Amino acid sequence: MVDEETFAQLIDAVDRFVEERLIPAEPRVEAEDEIPPEIVSQMREMGLYGLTIPEEYGGLGLSMSQEVRLVERLCRASLAFRSLIGTNLGIGSQGILMDGTEEQKAHWLPRLASGEVTASFALTEPDYGSDAAHIRTSARRDGNDFVINGVKRYITNAPRAGVFTLMARTNPDDPGAGGVTAFLVPADAPGLELGPPDRKMGQRGAKTCDVRLTDVRVPQDAIIGGPRNEGKGFRTAMKVLDRGRIHISAVAVGTAQRMLDEALRYAMERVQFGKPIVEHQLVQALLADSQAELLAARAMVRETAALYDREGRAQLEASACKLFCTEMAGRVADRAVQVHGGAGYMAEYPVERLYRDVRLLRIYEGTSQIQQMLVARQMARRAAR
Amino acid sequence: MKVLVPVKRVIDYNVKVRVKADGSGVDLANVKMSMNPFDEIAVEEAIRLKEKGVATEVVAVSIGVKQAQETLRTALAMGADRAILIEAAEDVTQDIEPLAVAKLLKAVVEEEQPGLVIAGKQAIDNDMNATGQMLAALLGWPQATFASELKIEGDHAVVTREVDGGLQTVKVKLPAIVTADLRLNEPRYASLPNIMKAKKKPLEVKTPADYGVDVSPRLTVVSTSEPPARKAGVKVADVAELVSKLKNEAGVL
Repeated sequence: MVDEETFAQLIDAVDRFVEERLIPAEPRVEAEDEIPPEIVSQMREMGLYGLTIPEEYGGLGLSMSQEVRLVERLCRASLAFRSLIGTNLGIGSQGILMDGTEEQKAHWLPRLASGEVTASFALTEPDYGSDAAHIRTSARRDGNDFVINGVKRYITNAPRAGVFTLMARTNPDDPGAGGVTAFLVPADAPGLELGPPDRKMGQRGAKTCDVRLTDVRVPQDAIIGGPRNEGKGFRTAMKVLDRGRIHISAVAVGTAQRMLDEALRYAMERVQFGKPIVEHQLVQALLADSQAELLAARAMVRETAALYDREGRAQLEASACKLFCTEMAGRVADRAVQVHGGAGYMAEYPVERLYRDVRLLRIYEGTSQIQQMLVARQMARRAAR
Repeated sequence: MKVLVPVKRVIDYNVKVRVKADGSGVDLANVKMSMNPFDEIAVEEAIRLKEKGVATEVVAVSIGVKQAQETLRTALAMGADRAILIEAAEDVTQDIEPLAVAKLLKAVVEEEQPGLVIAGKQAIDNDMNATGQMLAALLGWPQATFASELKIEGDHAVVTREVDGGLQTVKVKLPAIVTADLRLNEPRYASLPNIMKAKKKPLEVKTPADYGVDVSPRLTVVSTSEPPARKAGVKVADVAELVSKLKNEAGVL
């Protein structure tokens, strides 16, 4: 938690970086499907990798409430930039932070905070995505080691990763959540191979690929939290994802704001029937509905983040928040293209790209349908108490 | 060698400035304020001197409202070692004139004994372009304004100046005043961890009375007005009409 005066300066610094460096680099990222190396090193120098890691490990130690405000500003720029640092802020690092041993924290967190190492989160498999409790990647005990075999799919930042927070089944007799353990697997471990980069609909410059593990040997100390945490990996993964949902909600709000800004700017310039289209009522409806939903989503993210800061958890609210905010971003994207008319379908205008980029928000880190299921389950559970 | 860098809090350069309805000045209510861009270049140059081992300490000074603390924190986050704020104005509408600023800076210079003062060539709010020169006159120091390159050679500064139509290189004896032009360097971003660290660096708060300087205004603003709106252009039918208009109406051919 940073004091408000300093936090305001952090926001100013990020705003300026977004406007002067990140947004101007977007066409290049899109064309090359790669974030220019000088932007990567500038993001490192800015300290963006360490936003969520505590100060004692070299990060900024933002509270969840501050993280969502800052991420919202950052995500006015292409989501590819957020993706670059996203796993270090959230799913790649939080497992270590929440459940890691002191040695694991001291070893990894300063490297993650500085951006020297990128951490990646490997849960999804070819046959198990939403049904994550049943993953099949196996970690067979061999003395004090584990030998891991399996395939992980669509792993964000895998091509850049130095370490994976990887879920594998240590107990073959328990096919469910209780048989899963969270490991820290270095990317250079013998037997760990990366597939070719995935070809995606959008978010060019963000990198995902398969991770194949063939007899990858790790010591039992590589279990997050040490050997006593064997079989507790699914719980770690779910805690990490709960928190991540609030982060993704802020991402959705930030990118929705960008799209609405683009739509409004276009509507004020584009003249049809003798006046700017912003003066036509049906266009006004597209803008106003987007604005109203955006304000609602922003309020919801901040409220949920504040709840998380107070209570250390917000399962129902985080799921509800991710559901609403990402669906909102989808609707705003659709309307922003509609406001642009034919121009919105053309690659010359940023909305064409933003529209493709945001489609992922409703899918990753738990689809909207999984969030609906989680919300309803929590509702019933709370009511039954 | 100690380097002193005066920095001013001004309207952010991205803000579209609006003149108040009564013409008494520009509207400063709820407007984003930042460090004067030329001062940022000056801070950057001072920090680079320190990184090269030429300067030993960089001290940033600001004269203005209490909120100029934020501007000084930015300088500290960029890499200045400590800061001095002279609280000389109650609110942002009260502009401290260049002569008063120069007198206060002179007092600070006498106290701090820097080997070099690097200032922005002008502030983007009222474009006076006077403080550095006045400070040099008051101190009796040499000055090199509009610097696009600065090298320290022994007890001299070699400064390339951007003058109309070319460059001029001058050599001045230290201590001296150098004012920074746009192409001197590209200032770094204050990184987020350095913004955090900046709050722990020393920032001393003073008043004009501490230096015995009277900051009451000597100038009167008579009026402030927006630049005239651009008139719409005309469309010409063909090249012949264009040439004719350029020749007969614009008189440029």
